[in-house]
Amino acid sequence: MINVQNLVKDFGPKRAVSGVSFEVQKGEVLGFLGPNGAGKSTTMRMITGFIPPTSGRVTIGGHDIVDAPLAAKRLMGYLPENAPAYTDMTVGGFLNFAAELRGLRRDAKTRAVSRAIEMCFLENVVHQSVDTLSKGYRHRTSLAQSIIHDPEVLILDEPTDGLDPNQKHEVRGLIKRMGEKKAIVFSTHILEEVEAACTRAIIIDRGQIVANGTPAELLLKSDNAGAVSVKVVGAARGAVTEKLARIEKARKTVVVSEGDNVVWVRVLPKGQLRNGELAREVSAVALTEKWQVQELHTEHGRLDEVFRSITSSDVAKKEAA
Amino acid sequence: MNSSFGNIWCITKRELSGYFNSPVAYVFIVIFVLFANFFSFMLGGLFERGQANLEAFFTWHPWLFMVFVPAVGMRLWAEERRLGTLELLLTMPITSWQAIVGKFVASWIFLGLSLLLTFPIVFTVNYLGDPDNGVIFAGYVGSFLMAGAFLAITCATSALTRSQVVSFIVSVVICFGLVLAGFEPAVNFMRSVAGFSDRLVDVVASFSVMTHFMNFQKGVLVIGDLVFFFSVILFSLFSTAVILRNLRTN
Repeated sequence: MINVQNLVKDFGPKRAVSGVSFEVQKGEVLGFLGPNGAGKSTTMRMITGFIPPTSGRVTIGGHDIVDAPLAAKRLMGYLPENAPAYTDMTVGGFLNFAAELRGLRRDAKTRAVSRAIEMCFLENVVHQSVDTLSKGYRHRTSLAQSIIHDPEVLILDEPTDGLDPNQKHEVRGLIKRMGEKKAIVFSTHILEEVEAACTRAIIIDRGQIVANGTPAELLLKSDNAGAVSVKVVGAARGAVTEKLARIEKARKTVVVSEGDNVVWVRVLPKGQLRNGELAREVSAVALTEKWQVQELHTEHGRLDEVFRSITSSDVAKKEAA
Repeated sequence: MNSSFGNIWCITKRELSGYFNSPVAYVFIVIFVLFANFFSFMLGGLFERGQANLEAFFTWHPWLFMVFVPAVGMRLWAEERRLGTLELLLTMPITSWQAIVGKFVASWIFLGLSLLLTFPIVFTVNYLGDPDNGVIFAGYVGSFLMAGAFLAITCATSALTRSQVVSFIVSVVICFGLVLAGFEPAVNFMRSVAGFSDRLVDVVASFSVMTHFMNFQKGVLVIGDLVFFFSVILFSLFSTAVILRNLRTN
């Protein structure tokens, strides 16, 4: 549904987006990650046709956003950054306006508006002026606007920004549910959201895609992915690390912390081990040594580590150069 | 074609409701009508003239609209930029022309309504004497067109900035220039003191709304004057489109 090819945007001498390409099919939810100023919003603005690209192509359902903007825009719902809405209108009035601009009239309009109100939990504020809404409600009002015509393609720029934890959970659920039938791209810098709602994630840094894959694939890039963490009670630190280092499949053992009679050691695997092989080896060692094990688990890696290592190492490299 | 009118009307409706949802619109109308009448009766001396016409009424319109119209139109795009709804509006399946025209028409309707509400003065002169109502009608048409020209200029200045105040000041200055270029004392000044050639003075004056509005006041509908006002409107709306385009391209 969404096809982005070699998208480039220059603001004066500064290149905000350089050569971004990706595709999103129906049924996919693509998480768009990146530090602030990485070019996420700029990319989304080009996809939605708000700003024209310097070069490259965006097609929505086969319609080029530059050559056939109206056809492309009809297929698309868009929630811009900061969730703007007309402050001089009521929530209902605003949604009616959005529906009319989408070409919905009479019954179809009424149905679309009440559906959007229901999906975004806005029943209580329909007749309230947007001006007087709390941030969460205002945000959802703008979100309701983007889904009013039940679009095939949804572009959401930070849809959970400024919401409280419950509302974040609701919106994530909504995105996930809608993602079954639509092609959705949403940007965020909250990493847990990616795991909660996305089928695929792209990490973008300084205008370029630096990682692209399913959340599970991205997790594997984490340094600690597949490592086994073990906490042993009442054993000497030296003895524990020595025995664990002898495991053939272990690349390295690291003492994470020590104290209160507990040693916490992390065993890093050689290459990529699956199926908990390393954990079984570690537990075998513990059994033979008769250690009192307080905790033992395989780490799955953390997205924020991946994110930090991918995006900050590049910055460091750049600074060193 | 049908849907493009639909889109324009949709924008127009929203803008109009935007005006009338706030008390500011009513205050605007009251102030306009008040000033229009104050100028014609107190300064223009409508009664003292002893003539059954509305010259004393229309003479003040360029000066009144010069301030009133920018105040009505200043929010059109500036507010949209400030709220960030511009991004919303321009990613809807409508063209920027439809949005520009829709907003312009809404404000023009609002100005037209304010103008219509000065109707008691027409009854007054009709009660007191026997005026040529055709001339009065032409005066209203001219006044409405002039308001449209000022409004289109305000549209363009409004697109230039996020601040309504800046938009207001810039458009007042431009409108003032357009009035002054054909204002009798200013024309005389150009001729005698600044020493412009007659030809140059005529060219400058022909750019003034004053010159073209004058004919309407006399009850003369000249094609040239209509063309003038409509070209100012079209040119300014076109500028608005260019400004919005530049805003997006950077």
